[in-house]
Amino acid sequence: MLKKVLALTLALAFVTALFTACKPAAPPVPYGGVIKIGNVAPMTGDIPKVGEDGDNGVKLALDEIGWELKVGPHTYKIEYLLEDNESKAESAVAAGTKLIKEDKVLALIGCYASKQSIPLGEVADREKCPDISPWSTNPRTTKDRPYVFRACFIDPFQGYVGAKYVKDVYGVKKVAVLYDVASDYPKGLAEFFKKSCEELGIEVVAFETFTTKDRDFSAQLTKIIESGAELLYTPQYYDEVPLIVRQAKELGWDKPIFGSDSWAGGDLASLCGDDCVGYRFTTHYAMVGATGRTKEFIDKFKEKYGYEPSDVGALAYDAAQILLEAIKNTGGLTGDLEKDREAIKDQLAKIKEWEGTTGKMSFTPEGDPIKCAVICEYNEEHLFEFVDWACP
Amino acid sequence: MTLTGFFRYFASALQWGSFYALIAIGYSMVYGVLMLYNFAHGDIFMAGSYIGLFLCGALLAISAGGLISMPAWLILILTIVGAMIGTSIVGVLVERLAYKPLRNAPRASAAVTGMMLGLLMETANLWGLGAERRNFPSLIETTVYNIGGVSITNTKIMVVGVALAVMYILHLFVHRTKVGLAMRGCAYDFPIVPLMGVPMDFIASATFVLGSSAAAIAGVLFCISYPVLEPYMGMLIGWKAFIAAILGGRGSIIGAVFGGYLLGFIEIFVAAIFPSTLRDLIAYSIALLILTFRPLGFFGEPYSAQLRL
Repeated sequence: MLKKVLALTLALAFVTALFTACKPAAPPVPYGGVIKIGNVAPMTGDIPKVGEDGDNGVKLALDEIGWELKVGPHTYKIEYLLEDNESKAESAVAAGTKLIKEDKVLALIGCYASKQSIPLGEVADREKCPDISPWSTNPRTTKDRPYVFRACFIDPFQGYVGAKYVKDVYGVKKVAVLYDVASDYPKGLAEFFKKSCEELGIEVVAFETFTTKDRDFSAQLTKIIESGAELLYTPQYYDEVPLIVRQAKELGWDKPIFGSDSWAGGDLASLCGDDCVGYRFTTHYAMVGATGRTKEFIDKFKEKYGYEPSDVGALAYDAAQILLEAIKNTGGLTGDLEKDREAIKDQLAKIKEWEGTTGKMSFTPEGDPIKCAVICEYNEEHLFEFVDWACP
Repeated sequence: MTLTGFFRYFASALQWGSFYALIAIGYSMVYGVLMLYNFAHGDIFMAGSYIGLFLCGALLAISAGGLISMPAWLILILTIVGAMIGTSIVGVLVERLAYKPLRNAPRASAAVTGMMLGLLMETANLWGLGAERRNFPSLIETTVYNIGGVSITNTKIMVVGVALAVMYILHLFVHRTKVGLAMRGCAYDFPIVPLMGVPMDFIASATFVLGSSAAAIAGVLFCISYPVLEPYMGMLIGWKAFIAAILGGRGSIIGAVFGGYLLGFIEIFVAAIFPSTLRDLIAYSIALLILTFRPLGFFGEPYSAQLRL
């Protein structure tokens, strides 16, 4: 008898407990109150410094809002997931797929170089997950991909501005181009530069290539010297620029060398030393001679990480802020991942006249911002100094 | 192509070929003596470069600290010698730990071990030193000489000179010393030589010491010419030097030197004549053709016959 009473009481207690637990409470905060944002960056491989700067830029933007964001009625904690793409296209695809499908991030930042950004953009668009690339300037990254955006200007624009600057300021008639044919970014930019040169009446007398990891460019440079070119354009990364510049000088080249924004990403100063002094390139922002919002950002970045940010850091910071702005502008999340991703995409496309550290920008329907380019010079203290604005 | 142009390319090809030749020697010697394709050799070259980098940095720091003031040429010589010793230790370790247990195993297993070791060394470097590029300090002020329109630097002359000297010394070593005789013996008949009382382990180590030293010299010279270092720097050049070794003839030092320069010349002149995008396509088609008509390379001989060292 006693046993039966005990059993009955216990059963009752269980049932009551069960009911209490099931009592309808306030509706839960979507995603358990956590917004996940992914970043796919080249932390190892060819351009690790780019990855490091990108990671730091995004983290700085998140620090500023205390890793919390109020979207509609709720305040969410932000969870930041960094994935290494090893500077390889395959790894970028794998990392992006993992973030989108397994980690279920709301939106992605990345990749950085076009070589990885183009394939990542394809994955993001197919899976309908918004993605902002801070640094990829090849048009294919965002072309016909409504879910893919970028924080920087694109290669055709940079190639055009570069060619125009070469014509107006250097006043040369014959140019040579040397680039890595196996990498999307240099290849794209070299071709756009060539096209713009021809439109502007500059003759491209040598159009020479090499492949990634090549260290000796003497054959190509000798050809360039023999072609009678008056300027060498080389849209390469900090990996090759010091070697190209040095070998060109050793082979007797004494004319200007002109570059692109990839010169500024990474550690060119310590690798190139005095060899690069006096050469100029088109880029997104200048550290030396910065004012206003850009200066504020540089100071904050320096205080936190102990070194000056490259353009990658600035663009990653801008990309993260634009993304946060767009998430905020959705006016509230539903908890339905697909719907929320779409809402964020729509809000990104609506961003207009947004004041970033790399200039004021508005998005075109293709997801590319409209903004001005900066002309920088590698000065005697090995810093990238602002010389000029170049607007379309 | 003008005559001046020809000499410009010629100078570049000599320098580029020197690197291939120095690295190819390592492949050939190890193959000749141990019948082993040491696919980790490109990464031994990488190790040599990094050892040189750190030695050079340390010596410069000591010199700048005023402890012992050393002129740049002395630092360079000490760097090269130190890198040779350090890299030899790496090479012997590779041999003792990885290849020795497989000495009588199928050759494919040994070759695959080499590939795995290479990956291991690359990733260990990546893990230990990080992926950032390192700059090799410029020890010698580069002077550009202009000889009839052809620009030649003092580093270029040094690279070619040192490379040729090293190859000659190696050749003498193999032909004039007792150890060299034993090596040639192994190359001739691998199973019989140990029966004659030649200590196989010592000969194997000596072979690796010589190959690794040549790779270390190549590494330091390479860094002086192309002063950007990264963990994967040995991969591509290692493969290409292997091709050079095969072109020259398996197991032949003279063949390796010849193959190295041949490949250097083919690469540079193909890029000079054709669009540079087609460089490797055409250059390695030529290499393929050579092998089609000379499957044993230029100085190689069939397996059963004498292998030259």
